[in-house]
Amino acid sequence: MVTAIIFFLVAGVEALIIRLQLARADSTLVDPETYNQLFTMHALTMIFLGVMPIGVAFFNLIVPLMIGARDVAFPRLNALSYWVFLSGGLLLNGGFISGLGSPNSGWFAYANLTEEPFTTGDGMTFYSLGLLVLGVSSMAGAFNFIVTIINMRAPGMGLMRMPPFVWMTLITSFLLVTAFPVITVGLIQILFDRSFGTNFFNTQAGASPLLWQHIFWLFGHPEVYILILPALGIVSEVIPTHSRKPLFGYPFVIFSGIVIGFMGWGVWSHHMFTVGLGNIANSVFTITTMLIAIPTGVKIFNWIATMWGGSIRFTTPMLFALGFIFMFIIGGLSGVTHASPPADAQQQDTYYIVAHLHYVLFGGSVIGLFAGIYHWFPKVTGRMYNENMGKLHFWLLFLGSNLTFFPMHIVGLVGMPRRIYTYPADAGWEGYNMLSTVGAFLLGASFLIFLHNMVRSARKGERAGNDPWDGRSLEWTIPSPPPEYNFAEIPTVYSRDPAWDLKYGPTGQDETYRETSNGPVSDGLSNGPEGAGYGSETDAQSLGIHMPSPSYWPIIVAMGFGIAGALFIVGPWFSAIGVTILVLGLYGWAAEPVSKEEH
Amino acid sequence: MWAFLGSECLFFGTLISTYLVYRNNSLVGPYPKDIIDVPVTSVSTFVLLMSSFMMVMTLNAIRKGDQRAFRVWILGTAFMGATFLGFQVFEFYEFAIEEHEFTKCFAEGCIEGTWGGLTPWTNLFGSTFFVMVGFHGAHVTVGVIWLISLFGQSLQGNLKQKDALRVELLGLYWHFVDIVWIVIFTLVYLIGGNDAPTDIQAYLDQGFQLVQ
Repeated sequence: MVTAIIFFLVAGVEALIIRLQLARADSTLVDPETYNQLFTMHALTMIFLGVMPIGVAFFNLIVPLMIGARDVAFPRLNALSYWVFLSGGLLLNGGFISGLGSPNSGWFAYANLTEEPFTTGDGMTFYSLGLLVLGVSSMAGAFNFIVTIINMRAPGMGLMRMPPFVWMTLITSFLLVTAFPVITVGLIQILFDRSFGTNFFNTQAGASPLLWQHIFWLFGHPEVYILILPALGIVSEVIPTHSRKPLFGYPFVIFSGIVIGFMGWGVWSHHMFTVGLGNIANSVFTITTMLIAIPTGVKIFNWIATMWGGSIRFTTPMLFALGFIFMFIIGGLSGVTHASPPADAQQQDTYYIVAHLHYVLFGGSVIGLFAGIYHWFPKVTGRMYNENMGKLHFWLLFLGSNLTFFPMHIVGLVGMPRRIYTYPADAGWEGYNMLSTVGAFLLGASFLIFLHNMVRSARKGERAGNDPWDGRSLEWTIPSPPPEYNFAEIPTVYSRDPAWDLKYGPTGQDETYRETSNGPVSDGLSNGPEGAGYGSETDAQSLGIHMPSPSYWPIIVAMGFGIAGALFIVGPWFSAIGVTILVLGLYGWAAEPVSKEEH
Repeated sequence: MWAFLGSECLFFGTLISTYLVYRNNSLVGPYPKDIIDVPVTSVSTFVLLMSSFMMVMTLNAIRKGDQRAFRVWILGTAFMGATFLGFQVFEFYEFAIEEHEFTKCFAEGCIEGTWGGLTPWTNLFGSTFFVMVGFHGAHVTVGVIWLISLFGQSLQGNLKQKDALRVELLGLYWHFVDIVWIVIFTLVYLIGGNDAPTDIQAYLDQGFQLVQ
């Protein structure tokens, strides 16, 4: 999680440089080549090293707690996933580190512009290798979560009793394991073209650059949902807890999530309306794209209905969740506007698109993730963050992001294209761009407040207690921070809001009953010795709970990936060294004795 | 494991789609018709399919706790997988090194000529063929190593009847790789094996002459 936030900051600084460059016409702060590298790395780092890993970090921290499990199904695979992620992240940034040049063709890396004669240098090689290695990490993590969620739920927790966040994790994991192989093949094709002279995207040999676009967006669009679904899950947790009402229309929220997951596969060509696929293809993808707004809208209405009549507490996580709804609606609406090919033909590759994607990715995913960070901060650290600073962070960030991204709609519609490193003074775009830059620095300032708040509160904050929010899911029934083994006694679940059951009696009571702060402890759950809470003992050993022993093999395997990738830049055959380390690591891993005792 | 195989389906699905999209799009020879040898590959396909049968017997043996039978069957599976790989190495070598003579007749007359070897960088057919079939071969190789590793564990006495699940997982993988080969064999060899330009101009453009 910390690593992801560091990468996130790097990407943020890249964005600030981009904004500085674009603030004035005819600016010469950075040269075009550097600018290309900056916007490419900004996107790659934000997506693959920032937002995705923060989402995955939540899966790791929260999902086992929510389903009443002691850990994920394969702890060593989890460690591998992290270390491979780290080496992939370093590899992707290898261009900056080694000075050989970073990826510079945009995160979409359109062929055949990425072929050898058109893009020289090692940047695109770093791109393919970095993403290949990151793909391994994501898939390892995703398999782990699928198995964990399917096999390790607490007794009584049927699929339709799982908290919505766990559901969204499951859907995201399935999207990950199905979307990444597609891009893996695309990356291999580009890598082979560049390094071994194959012809996949060589137009001189009759290849079609459109194939890359299809492969990329067939991955790319599910990837968009991989980024947003964790945020949807978090908001579905935060809103009921802070409105003190159960989630309205739980089955609809879950099924619309599943529908989004499926339909995410059927919309990829809306990224390609202007390449000339023909009217029929364009119409089909217009319809699917507009249809996908329906499940998304269903979720938004459910959130609003959850708040309706609830006793809402405007805490920082709740503010972020509300900000999320606000921003996500704007982003969703602008998204529907370019679902229509004629409109899209005007908007394609303008700042209008940049505005849309930042409203959904920043206003959506990132704000949703912040809601989650504040919501679970007391659980993970055991201490409370500073509420005033949190609110200040929210308002600065909310103002800043609207100030940054809203003018982009306008400047895009008056014709400013994306990915240009500067523009002439008489284009009339200067005012809007200046606003965006000011907004971006407001955002930067809000992050400083956030960091200060987190670091300070984690060390000196007030003790939070086990259940600061009067939460409704299982993680609030155990001590904060959770003990290593999470649950001293595996709980049994009888409803969708097990923690509320525990505190206020089984579901079916009226809402006002829930608001009384110390309702009688019911027999709704098989309680631990003290009645409320499952984690009362302190030592895993004394409870006879088997904990996995630490293992170094995952790091060695991950190093194998990193070294193989880095040496590939030197020469493909050198990566054999890395592969050897990898294989040795795998055998060491397999041979390592796993403790025989069962839980 | 099932999720992993689902994921692998997408992986090979993309490789196979690439092949299909680029089918008949090669601008220069050799074309599949001039080079694909269906009878030889049929033999290796048969070997691979039979190895799947042996895999079933392997799993059956370990479930019964019969270590001797298990070792025989698992070695047999590995041996057949290796045989398939041998065929593939031979095929790749022949495609890439040998020259390929061909005769093609059109309404205008016949063309005779010789192609150089087919390599991944010769044409689109070469790129798609070698990368797709090569990745399949890599999967078979991993499978063979996996088989031999389990055989080694059995010799050390680390693979008991209760560990049948580990063999079953390998079995799933092995059958999956087998099924992928059935798809590739059908598409590339049986259906695509006759692909060649139907227009004489494609040959004339490459400098071949009509033979009287």
